[in-house]
Amino acid sequence: MNTQDPKKRIKNFDEVALGLTEEEAVKEAKRCLNCKKAACAGGCPVEIDIPAFIQLIAKGEFEKALAKVREKNFLPAVCGRVCPQEDQCEKVCILDKKHMPIGIGDLERFVADWEIKKGSRFKVQGSRVGSGKEKIAVIGSGPAGITCAGELAKMGYDVTIFESLHKPGGVLTYGIPEFRLPKRIVEIDIGYAQSLGVKIENNFLAGKTKTIDELKKDGFKAFFVGIGAGLPYFLGIEGEALNGVYSANEFLTRTNLMKSYLFPEYDTPVRIGNSVGVVGAGNVAMDSARCALRLGAKDVRIIYRRTEIEMPARLDEIHRAKEEGIKFELLTHPLKFSGDDKGWVKEAELMRNELGEPDASGRRRPVPIKGSEFKMKLDTVICAIGQGPNPLLPKTLPGMKLNADGNIVVDKNNMTSLEGVFAGGDIVTGAATVIAAMGAGKRAAASIARYLSK
Amino acid sequence: MSYKIIEKVRLNSVMWKMAVEAPLIARSRRAGQFVIVKIDEKGERIPLTINDSDSGKGTITIIFQETGATTKRLGCLKAGDSISDVLGPLGKETDFGKVGKVVLVAGGVGIAEILPIAGYAKSAGNYVLTIIGGRTKELVILEEELKSLSDKLIVTTDDGSYGIKGLVLHPLRDAMAAERFDLCYSVGPDIMMKAVSETTKPRALKTLVSLDANMVDATGMCGTCRVTVGGRTQFVCVDGPEFDGHLVDWDGFLKRQKRFVEEEKQAIGYFEKHNKNCIYKQ
Repeated sequence: MNTQDPKKRIKNFDEVALGLTEEEAVKEAKRCLNCKKAACAGGCPVEIDIPAFIQLIAKGEFEKALAKVREKNFLPAVCGRVCPQEDQCEKVCILDKKHMPIGIGDLERFVADWEIKKGSRFKVQGSRVGSGKEKIAVIGSGPAGITCAGELAKMGYDVTIFESLHKPGGVLTYGIPEFRLPKRIVEIDIGYAQSLGVKIENNFLAGKTKTIDELKKDGFKAFFVGIGAGLPYFLGIEGEALNGVYSANEFLTRTNLMKSYLFPEYDTPVRIGNSVGVVGAGNVAMDSARCALRLGAKDVRIIYRRTEIEMPARLDEIHRAKEEGIKFELLTHPLKFSGDDKGWVKEAELMRNELGEPDASGRRRPVPIKGSEFKMKLDTVICAIGQGPNPLLPKTLPGMKLNADGNIVVDKNNMTSLEGVFAGGDIVTGAATVIAAMGAGKRAAASIARYLSK
Repeated sequence: MSYKIIEKVRLNSVMWKMAVEAPLIARSRRAGQFVIVKIDEKGERIPLTINDSDSGKGTITIIFQETGATTKRLGCLKAGDSISDVLGPLGKETDFGKVGKVVLVAGGVGIAEILPIAGYAKSAGNYVLTIIGGRTKELVILEEELKSLSDKLIVTTDDGSYGIKGLVLHPLRDAMAAERFDLCYSVGPDIMMKAVSETTKPRALKTLVSLDANMVDATGMCGTCRVTVGGRTQFVCVDGPEFDGHLVDWDGFLKRQKRFVEEEKQAIGYFEKHNKNCIYKQ
């Protein structure tokens, strides 16, 4: 897929990947072998009928192709951009054996964008078979919540999403940057769920604005908790309270949700120095590093304790980060940060590692090399080492069973230990992917429907 | 959904009181809690203490001082205008209960923030001594309201234009020398809360401070408001805003509070250039 020239794009927040033209999409779709036993569909957490929508693209029937995708996926424009297809549908594509799987993600994005460009309005799809009566509350408007709400609305339920921030979308809105996932696209995909009757109440912090019990009194009969991984992890080393040290959550929220790259036209500031160190190597780390570059940093480094092979980020994102001039300090971990007398971070002390035996995750464990300590000048540090479950809502639900990490425990139907309260997405699994959260939202919706029809 | 300003009252040259329509928050809020206010699409999310509420009318009262670009912008709005976003109630509620004798120490806009605490302390059955201080007479607000909620009220001004001349620390020292207190609660400028904590520490008078930090989401998601308390990292938004003043790492906190000083100046410059028509303030 064509992309914006790296030299130009590091100076703007416009989308990097430009999408396929109609001709390119049809040509790509025609490569599909339309396998009888299509492995690709099995590799999709929301079970999109992949060969069917690709065949429709091959025939130039784009509207029908999108309808086919939407049968299973509420956020096609989003997923076409941020799904790790290389680990899912495209990984099992039979053409992958020749190292050229069908660009399923690109095609999904193409049909979603085709409709957006055309400006066509949403039509209500699916059959409204539900009772049309019961009220269901969905807590959190990220990928899990939107999908669960959309599925239930399709079945005729009266669904309200409660979102604590001032805009819906969860991580799609506050976390993933504009240049990878334009916010207009997120709004349009969410608009589809709204067109099915889903209501969204922003500025509503469940547990504080109202408790789950109070919502029950308001007539909500079932709940879905999809509040994501909303607790930033820090490294737990000296100097993390220094100015200029951000959690990736803070840095990305300022940049994406609050649009601090437009400061002072927008009121929220973010300060970026010349030398930036991003600790971690997942997608969040790549997003942070690339945002830092666009905010004017001269020298941006990913600091990662293992090697490139173990990096959790998508290959595309690593590739694009490199194209943009992000440097990689591999087999390296920070020991402490030190600052000036005004409390600003100035320097990191780091240590080199070598790889040892595999650990519980199956990846080779980094082992520090004695005497390898060294120093690096840094004006800004971004901790992108992961997020955990935010305890705010669970704390208001004393009976809710949590695991040792604080994640909500659910049964095979995605129901928590509290009757009628379901959960899914990162709050259950720990930080994972958009599509995994959507899969959970979808399964929970089916369980909620079964629960309510009992 | 937006949040309508029902009433706006000028308290002095830099402070305003606003009643804002927010029925859910009015119903559930408790003393010590705050809201996040975001004026419009381009606005910053800032925390403001909930000063009072009227669940019948569905309104909350906020009192703010024009210090940064957002509070200056807020000062330009009038009754009938709307604020795009109000989230709350946030933070832990005050729950020290009946302890006996309580001394409340507040300065600057902290005087507004001590009002709900005074109401709480009194209704919990405590003896309440309130000490409030301002730079000068016109900055001393809510004197009558606080008098009615306190057993005794002492006012200080830095310049001696009203009440006792000097800082709030002097009457605090005198009060501690004269009688035994069970709790001190302080809210106001950071350096004042630090000084109050240092004053009460030698006497082992338990001291709660209500911190005001820069926040973004204010739900524990970003960690920008972190402060070290007793050696542990705490988030002001969800673990606070009240902390034990004797355990707060004040030097670290004071440095963190200055992290956007330059940007604040820049924002005010931008505001002044683009808001020449804020007639309401003239």
